[in-house]
Amino acid sequence: MNHTSADPRPSVGHYLFSVLVLALLWLLLAGSLKAAELTAAFAVGAVVTAMTGSRLAVLAGVRLSPLAPLHLLRYLAVFLFALVRANLDMARRVLSPSLPLRPAVVEVETRLRSSLGRMLLANSITLTPGTLAVDVRGDRILVHWVDCAPGTDLDQATRAISHAFERHIRGFLK
Amino acid sequence: MRLIADLFLLIGSAFAFLGALGLLRMPDVYNRIQAGTKAVTLGALAFLIGAALLFPQWWAKLLCILGFILFTSPVSSSTIARAIYLSGVKPWQARAPESGPVSAEPTEGRP
Repeated sequence: MNHTSADPRPSVGHYLFSVLVLALLWLLLAGSLKAAELTAAFAVGAVVTAMTGSRLAVLAGVRLSPLAPLHLLRYLAVFLFALVRANLDMARRVLSPSLPLRPAVVEVETRLRSSLGRMLLANSITLTPGTLAVDVRGDRILVHWVDCAPGTDLDQATRAISHAFERHIRGFLK
Repeated sequence: MRLIADLFLLIGSAFAFLGALGLLRMPDVYNRIQAGTKAVTLGALAFLIGAALLFPQWWAKLLCILGFILFTSPVSSSTIARAIYLSGVKPWQARAPESGPVSAEPTEGRP
């Protein structure tokens, strides 16, 4: 969908990361920590990672630093808060008799380089108050905004919609 | 515990209902997608939390489902929105944005 973002080659760390995530998923689904289950989890993780091979380029956007999990947690907290706020906001609009809407399509700018980062940012935009990511074009994300003040420009829209998320996402994705 | 679980289930169904109401009331396809995605995502989230409280032995599987829903539901919405945008549907505009209530019957997005 987006050919302009250059994903670098995944490093050994990214392959290990993939194995670890897949093994964790297996363990969550299996629901036990017996030795046999652990062995199976890591074996399957390794096999799937090997089969996926160079397509793992998506994962190259992940920052492998000790602080990354902390940023991830902080992002999740911000995100959950925004999700609840989005729903209360939407409930208010749906229930009010006059349907207060000022919809418009605006552009926001992102400094995230990796496709995974842009995808997560677009996802966050979709799930937060009054905004819906419509398209990603290079470093611009097209957003449908329910309550857009007339004459909003790129900078204002970026600050209002994506700035807070982007700051947190940059902690663990490139 | 039972009471808290029931409360979460109630919140979940309330948001699912609001999502359905949003689908009916919103004036154009973009706004319908917005109402649909957000309400149903949070509704499903509250539902899963309620289920996890009722059946604590399932928490790991429910967590997986929750992660997949959070990751995939916005993607599908954005994809639909993108297809609609590329096929040239313009967003609906309120006729008289600042003065008085918006006209009662919603109009479809003008082509």
